[in-house]
Amino acid sequence: MSTIFRPYTPSSQRSDRSAGDRARHRQKIKNTIRNNIGDILAEESIIGRDRDKIIKVPIRSIKEYRFIYGENSPGVAQGNGSQKPGDVVDKGSPEDGEPGKGGNEPGVDAIETDITLEELIEIMFADLELPELERKSLKNIVSENAHRRKGLRQAGIRPRLDKKTTAKNRIKRKLAVSGSRGIDFENDEQRFPFHKDDMRYFHVVPTEKESSNAVVFCIMDTSGSMGTAKKYLARSFYFLLYQFVRQKYQNVEVVFIAHHTEAKEVSEEDFFHKVESGGTYISSGYKKALEIIEDRYHPSNWNIYAFHCSDGDNFYSDNERAVEAANELCNVCNLFGYGEIKPAGSAYYSGSMLEIFAQVTHENFQSIVIEKKEDLWPGFQSFLNKDKRGTFAGSQRKTTSEGAAAATP
Amino acid sequence: MSLSLRELQEWDDKILKLVERFGLNCYTQEFEICDHNEMLGYMAYSGMPSHYAHWSYGKNFERQKTMYDYGASGLPYEMVINTNPCIAYLMRDNTDLLQILTIAHVYGHNDFFANNFTFTSGLDAKYTIEIFKANTQRIEKYIQDPSIGIEAVEETLEHAHALAFQCSRNLALKKLSQEEQRIRAWEKAQPAVDEHSDIHPRREYTAPNLDRIPLEPEEDILGFIAAHNPYLPEWKRDLLRIVERQTKYFIPQMETKIMNEGWASYWHHKILNTLELPQKLHLEFLVRHNQVLRPHPGGLNPYHLGFVLWHDIERRWNEGDTGREYSDDTPLIDPSTLSENETPGRKKIFEVRRSDRDSSFLRRFLTVDLMRELELFQHEKRGKERVITKVADDENWPAVKENLIRSVGMGSIPVIKIEDADFGSNRTLYLKHYHEGRDLLLEYAEHTLMHLKSLWEKDVVLETIISGKPSLLKLVGDSLKIERM
Repeated sequence: MSTIFRPYTPSSQRSDRSAGDRARHRQKIKNTIRNNIGDILAEESIIGRDRDKIIKVPIRSIKEYRFIYGENSPGVAQGNGSQKPGDVVDKGSPEDGEPGKGGNEPGVDAIETDITLEELIEIMFADLELPELERKSLKNIVSENAHRRKGLRQAGIRPRLDKKTTAKNRIKRKLAVSGSRGIDFENDEQRFPFHKDDMRYFHVVPTEKESSNAVVFCIMDTSGSMGTAKKYLARSFYFLLYQFVRQKYQNVEVVFIAHHTEAKEVSEEDFFHKVESGGTYISSGYKKALEIIEDRYHPSNWNIYAFHCSDGDNFYSDNERAVEAANELCNVCNLFGYGEIKPAGSAYYSGSMLEIFAQVTHENFQSIVIEKKEDLWPGFQSFLNKDKRGTFAGSQRKTTSEGAAAATP
Repeated sequence: MSLSLRELQEWDDKILKLVERFGLNCYTQEFEICDHNEMLGYMAYSGMPSHYAHWSYGKNFERQKTMYDYGASGLPYEMVINTNPCIAYLMRDNTDLLQILTIAHVYGHNDFFANNFTFTSGLDAKYTIEIFKANTQRIEKYIQDPSIGIEAVEETLEHAHALAFQCSRNLALKKLSQEEQRIRAWEKAQPAVDEHSDIHPRREYTAPNLDRIPLEPEEDILGFIAAHNPYLPEWKRDLLRIVERQTKYFIPQMETKIMNEGWASYWHHKILNTLELPQKLHLEFLVRHNQVLRPHPGGLNPYHLGFVLWHDIERRWNEGDTGREYSDDTPLIDPSTLSENETPGRKKIFEVRRSDRDSSFLRRFLTVDLMRELELFQHEKRGKERVITKVADDENWPAVKENLIRSVGMGSIPVIKIEDADFGSNRTLYLKHYHEGRDLLLEYAEHTLMHLKSLWEKDVVLETIISGKPSLLKLVGDSLKIERM
């Protein structure tokens, strides 16, 4: 018998053999996320998070199936002497019905993947295959702090003096003077000072940046009939919409409008948490939105997305006005949607606005029904797919800037 | 690095002298010093220096690394694979004592690989590395081949992995060829020679169907598909055979986990106690040895179980406490008059390390007294909880022992055999689960059947028993249909 020792060679000199397989595994996990994006987005923990935050997405790890024994397979283990028949060795985790540990059964093969919300959103929009949306004329916004130099001027302030050019100019003048007048300045002790004509100053212009703007109008019925569950569904939808719009535009603002019989602009906090009582005039919410658009978000400069969530209860007398206001909104918005939130069981005894909104014929209007959180993603897709059909008949404004022209081929 | 290579070699010389003195019979040993990253890498690929690529090994790596990073599990001090020469990896971050302990432990494994029948009747250890390397190169070639590509290769490997363990369990049993099976079937069908045929009525003779495929229920599913699915392209056939062969390489290790770890622990214990270590090292040895060999209440530590059993066998044979069944062994001589290697106990354990595997090892040598000393109990699932159902009392110890034996090695894999490759005369593959009390996990069965169907490229049916009722599992479209029989 003999023995051979092989000394250590640092890892850096070897190839990382599992790198390829790890990459393939990551790829598989990404695909799993993509296939289950609807479920993952419906997870409460994701809604309303910062974009850069790393979130843990629980995904079932990719199982490697084979024939194995199931529940009625007994195991044998070692004790410390105090065990007797009937003792519980493993309580089992509450949420899964999968085989637990012990014996020869597989454990629940779950892994958590760290992913930023940004990545998640990228994945989710990547598979939407959305066309470029219509863009409004890119508005030139003068940023306040950024400047750049552009050419030289003869006048200016001291800090912007271009010393090199100024000194050169003086030398040029000195040579010219010495030649024409025959003075040798080098030997003569005579001074030759800078003249005002020598001075050159940098010219500075403020930088202009093109930026595209969008505003999302979240309009919600906060009447007494909108319970927490309904609000959660609404909130999730707004979250998706906001993330989507953020993906497309540089500058995005959000306006929250809460309404019952009258509407007001509120903070995000109030929007989701304040409970109002009383009846519903849907038109009041739309009117308020139109008012704010008129006031602050002119459609020629802003891409406007509006979405309204309600449970469909509206005073009958308001319906006509609501349709009218909806049509008006369609005229100024890129997309306008109505989501009727009907958690299971509530559909029978409450009213519905779906039929009434069927009168809105604008191409950029879409109404959807959300019954459970699994409906959110398909609903969102169908809302955005309104765009896929191409141009909006309802919005006839002209787009003038080059950027917009390129964006809508 | 703790010990220099020269120091390691000095220790190794001392250990090797003891290994020879104790009569261990090893392959040439190769130690490779590695760091923890490499160890993680080796673990993901079961220690093989060259192994084909598949994403599932990337998954292994990630999981082990996560567990290691979070401190949920440490890394093994060593890893040793069954090759000739025997290759072992030593972690360079190990303490001095751990290196010495590990070297001694590795020789125990080495001896076991070189002598136990499960290993010696399997793949020849001399060619293991070359065979794995050649397999890897062929698979690499398929991946590079533009008409095949990585997607197709990985998919086929995934199907194959799902079925890899559905193979014959005992490699020492000779596999009959188609022709030999035919001869056996024909012989079996012949009427027995009857001396009184004159007065007996003539027996009806039915000719055996020698064209039936398979003639005898077939356990090697991958090999069967490779041989009997005529539509498989050659590269897929090759992949199936590669996976089949490589799985067979790992079966002896699964089948002897308790014996093998126990044997290596027995010898590192013996060797380090004989080495006359300096006191500081000896104290650390006691601590480490206990860490590795302590019992895991609520679980089963194979190191502990094996270690205790080997010592128990040696003690019993030395004391003549061999039980009724073994009373025909050599008559008892006072062991203290014999040299250590000649004691009946020592001779017995060397014999057992050659002739047994975990299931027979436990069946033959786990006594009821030892079961009680180990406090073994049986647990079963009741609703969501696992409840102790039996302890090793007078009434129940045989049942507890039986269940332990069933759960070791390949016992944890259901026996499923191909009964008919032309079921219903439309090339449906008919399989039967040889049910012995344990049901299949249906979710897994469903997906595994899908993998099987993808390879067989025709319908597959599995006969099994679900909650006491004989049932047929069929795949209709993408979902499982259960038919009561």
